[in-house]
Amino acid sequence: MKLDTNTINKIAKLARISLSEKEANDLLKDMNSILDWVEQLNEVNTDSVEPLANISSSTLPQRKDEAKDINSSDEILKNSPDKLEGYFAVPKVVE
Amino acid sequence: MEFKSINQLKSLIDENKISVKEIAQTYIKKIKEKKDLNIFIYFDEDKINNQVTEIEKLPNHKKLKGIPIAVKDLFCTKNMPTTAASKILENFNPTYESFVTQKLINEGSLFVGKTNLDEFAMGSATNTSYFGNTINPLSNKDNPLAPGGSSGGSAAAVAADLCLGSTGTDTGGSIRQPASFCGVVGIKPTYGLCSRWGIAAFASSLDQAGIFSKNVTDASILLEEIAGYDERDSTSSNVSIPNYSKQLNSKLNGKTIGIPKEYTVDGISDEINAVWDDAIKSLEKKGAKIKHISLPHTKYALPTYYIIAPAEASSNLARYDGVKYGFRADEAKSLDEMYEITRSEGFGKEVKRRILIGTYVLSAGYYDAYYLKAQKVRKLIANDFIETFKECDLILTPTAPSAAFPLNEKQDDPIKMYLNDVFTVPASLAGIPGISIPYGKDKNGLPLGIQLLGKHFNEQEIFNASFALEKDYE
Repeated sequence: MKLDTNTINKIAKLARISLSEKEANDLLKDMNSILDWVEQLNEVNTDSVEPLANISSSTLPQRKDEAKDINSSDEILKNSPDKLEGYFAVPKVVE
Repeated sequence: MEFKSINQLKSLIDENKISVKEIAQTYIKKIKEKKDLNIFIYFDEDKINNQVTEIEKLPNHKKLKGIPIAVKDLFCTKNMPTTAASKILENFNPTYESFVTQKLINEGSLFVGKTNLDEFAMGSATNTSYFGNTINPLSNKDNPLAPGGSSGGSAAAVAADLCLGSTGTDTGGSIRQPASFCGVVGIKPTYGLCSRWGIAAFASSLDQAGIFSKNVTDASILLEEIAGYDERDSTSSNVSIPNYSKQLNSKLNGKTIGIPKEYTVDGISDEINAVWDDAIKSLEKKGAKIKHISLPHTKYALPTYYIIAPAEASSNLARYDGVKYGFRADEAKSLDEMYEITRSEGFGKEVKRRILIGTYVLSAGYYDAYYLKAQKVRKLIANDFIETFKECDLILTPTAPSAAFPLNEKQDDPIKMYLNDVFTVPASLAGIPGISIPYGKDKNGLPLGIQLLGKHFNEQEIFNASFALEKDYE
């Protein structure tokens, strides 16, 4: 057992996902079995191996760093659940 | 009316034997008749008819003029909503068109709708969708089967003849496994061949767009249209795209096909191994040389994948916070509470599980032990392929460890579910191209797929060998 309920709740807090007690318990079981299963990677000696982050074998060109006007803010705001005078609106942060 | 291939339908259009309007009506009727299979998340007759007027104005030299195409609902489309099969993107109307769908539109494709998938492409059965399961069109009434996943809706749409081709995405097998389950062709090209711009991100170092079709020629026609460099995706490769369909060549003389011993796995049915054997013999008969090879780190591919993919997903899915688009829980009193309730109610179980695993393996104190370790093993897996491709041109394996399984089969154990990807994940980690083509059937008459893997950007070689094998079942 790598994780306990406290750790699950701490991770959930970091990921901004609230969990019910039942969800936390189910996840605890699943995640522990997944983490036990991935342990087998420790059998592999990786002492002199460079981590692979990008598998592209061709060189990746860089584009010119230029500003482009693609979307209007009106169009973007259309998808927002709540908006106010050209801004995204959220619950009050400061009292 | 059934159209067999893109070339056949295109000739009918070019000779004015059928109009785009008639094609649209034919497919609208078919889709309505198969409504029970729940293949589409979004289907709107008016949206199809509106396209007809525009497409009819296009000149006939547009390569896909009037060709009916279904789009996985992970690609952002300006004229149709995009959900990623998640509640959290309910009512999301993208303000832009994805690179891949724009290319298809430019050539005159007729989009028939947006297909179902596992939520954010996380799954192997199209059973984690917020919009319900898709049923494999090859099922009989008493025993509904899963179409595979995550691109299950796109594979099923081709199998049920509701389009002539569809788009999919493949992160660990999400095109090849459903293609195998539904008895269609599915190709995942080299990482970087098609731009990821406008595709809802799952695991960015693995995600790649690809194609489902009824046959290899159609797959080659569609892939050459959606491939290409795009400056808006920093991992998009600037390579020239061959004219795959014109260069199709079923001659295999001088080609060496590798057969990896690590893909003989316990618990795989004899039928799957028999089909694999048949394909090996057929390739040999067609002039190819068979070479038995070893990819020693194969068994570590799945655990590596299930660290890297959730880690990247947890980062990519941080953007869904209820502020800019999609669903927002309205009972929250503070900003933090709004994030937490929105994400808790907006994401399904499998997505939450992967976000939390990803958050854990990236968190302080665990990063080196999990994420960095996985990236190092990934390097070894990629090196296995590089070494092997020095002595062979292609690798042949089964696509999936089973034929399509029953829809209601219990999926309690996540690791058991993850094993569906055992033959497809290694190629994803190495970024190499892979295809699944139907090759034989099991005792229940369900299709079985075989997989051909090739070197980076060597899709032509894969198409050629598939084209040769396809003839065995014509």
